[in-house]
Amino acid sequence: MTETNEAPDGASGGGDAGEPLLKLRGIDKHFGPVQALHGVNLDLPAGEVTGLCGDNGAGKSVLTRCIAGVHQPDHGQMYFEGRPVHIRSTRDASALGIETVYQDLALADNLDIVQNMFLGRERLRRRLLDEDSMEKQAAETLSTLRVTTVRSIRQPVASLSGGQRQAVAVAKAVMWNSKLVLLDEPTAALGVVQTRTVLDLVKRLRDRGLAVMVISHNLNDVFEVADRIAVLYLGRMVAEGPAADFDRQSVVEYMTTGASSGRPFEPAGSASGEG
Amino acid sequence: MTAEASETPTGSADGSTVANLTATSTAGSADVPPELLAHSLDQYVRAWWLRVRSGNSGVLPVVFAIVLVAVVFEIITPEHAFLRPSNLVYIFGLSTVYMVLAMAETVVLLLGEIDLSVGAVALFGGVIAFKLVQQPGPDWPWWAAMLAALACCGLIGALQGTLTARLKIPSFIVTLGGFLLFSGILVVILGGANGTAGVNSSVPNQRVIYNLVQGLIVPVVGWVALAVVVGAAGAALWLRAAARRRQGLVAPPASVTAIRIALVALVGVAVVVVCNGNRGTSLVTVQGVPWVIPIVLVVLGIWTLLLQRTRFGRYVHAIGGSPEAARRAGISLAAIRTWAFALCSATAGLGGILLGSFFFGQYSTNTADPGQLVLYSVAASVIGGVSLFGGRGKAIHGVLGGLLIGAIAYGVSLLNLGTLATPLEYILPGGVLLGAVLIDVLSRRGTGSVTGA
Amino acid sequence: MPEVPVAADPGETPTGMADATTVDLTAAHEGAATDVPPELLAQSLGQYLRAWWVRVRGGDSGVLPVVLGIVVVAVSFQIATPKFLSPLNLVNLFEQSTVYMVLAMAEIFALLLAEIDLSVGLVMAFSSVIVAELVQPTGANLPWWVAIIIALVICSAVGAIQGWFVARLKMPSFIVTLGGLLILEGAAIIFLKGALVSIGNSRFTNEVVLYDIFYGQFDPVVGWILLAVLVGVVGTGLWLREARKRRHGLETPPRSLTAMKIVLLAVAGSAVVAICNVNRAHFGTIKGVPYIIAIVLVVLAAWTVLLQRTRFGRYVYAIGGNPEAARRAGVRVPTVRIWGFVLAALTSAIAGVLFLSWQVSLTTNIIKTANTYVLLAVAAAVIGGTSLFGGRGKTIHGVLGGLVIGGIYNGLYLLNVSSQWINVVVAAVLLVAAAVDVLSRRGAPRQA
Repeated sequence: MTETNEAPDGASGGGDAGEPLLKLRGIDKHFGPVQALHGVNLDLPAGEVTGLCGDNGAGKSVLTRCIAGVHQPDHGQMYFEGRPVHIRSTRDASALGIETVYQDLALADNLDIVQNMFLGRERLRRRLLDEDSMEKQAAETLSTLRVTTVRSIRQPVASLSGGQRQAVAVAKAVMWNSKLVLLDEPTAALGVVQTRTVLDLVKRLRDRGLAVMVISHNLNDVFEVADRIAVLYLGRMVAEGPAADFDRQSVVEYMTTGASSGRPFEPAGSASGEG
Repeated sequence: MTAEASETPTGSADGSTVANLTATSTAGSADVPPELLAHSLDQYVRAWWLRVRSGNSGVLPVVFAIVLVAVVFEIITPEHAFLRPSNLVYIFGLSTVYMVLAMAETVVLLLGEIDLSVGAVALFGGVIAFKLVQQPGPDWPWWAAMLAALACCGLIGALQGTLTARLKIPSFIVTLGGFLLFSGILVVILGGANGTAGVNSSVPNQRVIYNLVQGLIVPVVGWVALAVVVGAAGAALWLRAAARRRQGLVAPPASVTAIRIALVALVGVAVVVVCNGNRGTSLVTVQGVPWVIPIVLVVLGIWTLLLQRTRFGRYVHAIGGSPEAARRAGISLAAIRTWAFALCSATAGLGGILLGSFFFGQYSTNTADPGQLVLYSVAASVIGGVSLFGGRGKAIHGVLGGLLIGAIAYGVSLLNLGTLATPLEYILPGGVLLGAVLIDVLSRRGTGSVTGA
Repeated sequence: MPEVPVAADPGETPTGMADATTVDLTAAHEGAATDVPPELLAQSLGQYLRAWWVRVRGGDSGVLPVVLGIVVVAVSFQIATPKFLSPLNLVNLFEQSTVYMVLAMAEIFALLLAEIDLSVGLVMAFSSVIVAELVQPTGANLPWWVAIIIALVICSAVGAIQGWFVARLKMPSFIVTLGGLLILEGAAIIFLKGALVSIGNSRFTNEVVLYDIFYGQFDPVVGWILLAVLVGVVGTGLWLREARKRRHGLETPPRSLTAMKIVLLAVAGSAVVAICNVNRAHFGTIKGVPYIIAIVLVVLAAWTVLLQRTRFGRYVYAIGGNPEAARRAGVRVPTVRIWGFVLAALTSAIAGVLFLSWQVSLTTNIIKTANTYVLLAVAAAVIGGTSLFGGRGKTIHGVLGGLVIGGIYNGLYLLNVSSQWINVVVAAVLLVAAAVDVLSRRGAPRQA
């Protein structure tokens, strides 16, 4: 508990007011002859949810993976808490406090909730797994996120519903003192009630001062939780700004044509201008 | 999620049971280990029964099968000889080989892979150890010879594991090749088709290896050792449950812990009583617990610790359950896989040494068929409850499955089947293997944890 | 909100892949050309050869590696022992290889489906035992063809049962066929009744016919006539088919290439017939093309047509490549899988008839032999170019791979190498073939 509560303080204390937690500038990424990202700029401020939209093939997943350390950008610079950083691996990302919740959740069905939440970062005592302390920590994290619908945190993940699995995946991501959580299509496979649960969870993360990026096709979800919206079109960031500057119509136009009403995006606010 | 059977409990969980780590709604508790929900013995037993009915029955089926096999053979063997102490001790000795090989196979099965070379590698390890203690010859001390054999086998396993993990060649092809390769090399090391390697109980250095299975513990020492084992295991179990309760974590009721300890004591006493009975002739007294029983218990203890309480074990389970999840968690799949194959082969090597000792310290090309050994060991682990599809199983499953296989194999040999005896040697393991896998497949379907075809 | 076309779409998993490949469809540069069979892009022979070379370098080399393998095996053994390439030994080698070839063709049905059949060896042994027992004058005394049909039917049933376990119960095929193998071992021993059974008695016509399957040969003149007929029929067929395609404006290889293929077939055929027509007896005369070569060619032709030209064959490839896609296209996947195992068992049973004819008499030792043969069959298929991972391979690969295995066995035997070392070599060959398969898949341009 002590560990997880420090996260928001650290995040908001570390950056100056107005300085986003993660700042991407001019990110390029090629796969062979295919240019997946062209000079992408993106700000992810702490305490806000950013919705990343884009059609299939727009480069959403590539961008996410660049931030998560799965891919390395060819050009461009990332600033984390104002400092330039190079994220070369998922471990680098974790060390900075960046956690990703993948669309397919990446949970091992046969392991229980505690085992999944600590997978890859098990606590040891005298070289053996310290189950008791891990179990307590997991239970605390789940209860601070108000994930209380699971009967027992020692039940295998296979027996959970889709919404519960998503909740476990999110809890796994925030347990590590994380400052930025990337959620890839968090509601894609969920029903109405479960979607609500997950969206509430996303809001709770924001309220705790984390920066959150939600990648989604579903504009209902994006408009429900996002404070800021960013739209990718064929690998370029065509629009980025406060959610209030967008409506459904314009987001769809940016996603499908790269412009709205024939004009490119002009930031109404001042937050997203080139620094 | 495409699960059919598990839809019911999870559906009800979302709607109705909010904030209840305590509630025991009968419909929902089927998935959850009973000890997590129960506060009294009565609740515990009921929760456990629900779980068994839902297909997640743990060691129950294999224990039941062992009892059934024992009763059936006792009835149908001539003169009802099956449960005689001498036969029971012989079955222990025979089964230990299968037990150790099944434990070896378990770690690879947990990964979702298979090792078809355990039989050949076991014999290879056994022959190496035996060759190294030959008196006109290398004459290594017994422990050095055994260590060298285990190291050789471990190296073989690491090699096969590397081919599987790094080159991504399917494990059954790699180990099929390994099986053929080491079955051939084995004969070469033995010195051709008529070669042999033996240990002699009259040579002090070789006697240790001879005694691994053949040696007996003095009855009194057997009782003392049992008391120590039960005491230590009981104290550990009790203290652990107490510690969890103290920290506010869910723990089984104290009565359940007590019953478990009593059960361990009971089984232990039964084994020691059987082994300490005189099973010799009227002229020679033969009594005492064979050395091999504590040896197998030690191997079981090490493997249980490794699989349940270390990072390695956790990662093996994770890779077997979902390689992708494990990879994203930063686990080095290739390293864990390679280690698992290496440890599997090293354990198989120990099984091979025990096998030689079981056959009165004599190794020849006809001692055992490596192909049959593999099938028995895969069948033993799967019968014991290890899933062929990875991620589900424990070392104890291998031990219980090995005992069942040993009991069946020996029981059949007690029947006077005449010309049918030889074909049965082949048909039986085949049928048993298919039956075990069938149960595995069907139970996976029943629990709804099937994620892909 | 009807004007919002973008809603949650759960089927949209491989977004990352899509990112990388969307543009690729239009850009047909060198990288893309490697996927395509060369005949589709080439208009002249020169273009064809260049396109083919690109494809080979891309990891999709067809029969080239195995042909190279045959040459390497032949040259090295010829250096080690000058007897290797003598007409006598070559005919021997052809004959011995036929069993491996047919078994490998059987295994290919399972491999194409991305399954494996470890029981082909034992099905072969089982079939040989059935035939031998059924023609015994002291026993059933059935005509040879009835015995063969019964064996083929029984073995097909065994394949159907195994296929049912795999396809319907979703049990892993290597476990099902491992279990099946053991049960067949027991069954074969029961049928043998622990005694030796032989078809070597020349007083009984039935046994003579079975014996001649392996040891009989065509008259030299008949051999040449058959070759002429074969080349004529295949050549005309090939030529007419491509002429028809060209007329319809479909993509076809250049004419010069078709001509070259036909010439190559004629040359290879003439070489085989010429070698076989040399007198290879120590005393008297034995010359002519063995029947068994014709039998293998018939099996090869039948299964090639089945796999390449029928709907069933297309479904087999589809399931091996992507079972889910096949299922969604309406293919009854379990049925095709079961038939795949039936055909594997049927082909193994044919191999069993050849095996019986070759061995003449059978004892329980055939079980050990049969278990080795499974591995040889898998190795032959994989060496020939069939993928272990399904969907890639042709029947001809089994024949060529079988020739490599036969060559190695024959050569090591000539060199007096003991049997356990032969096993070691075969294991090594199997592992190398599997590694090559894996690496070539990795080198294939599918993964960008």
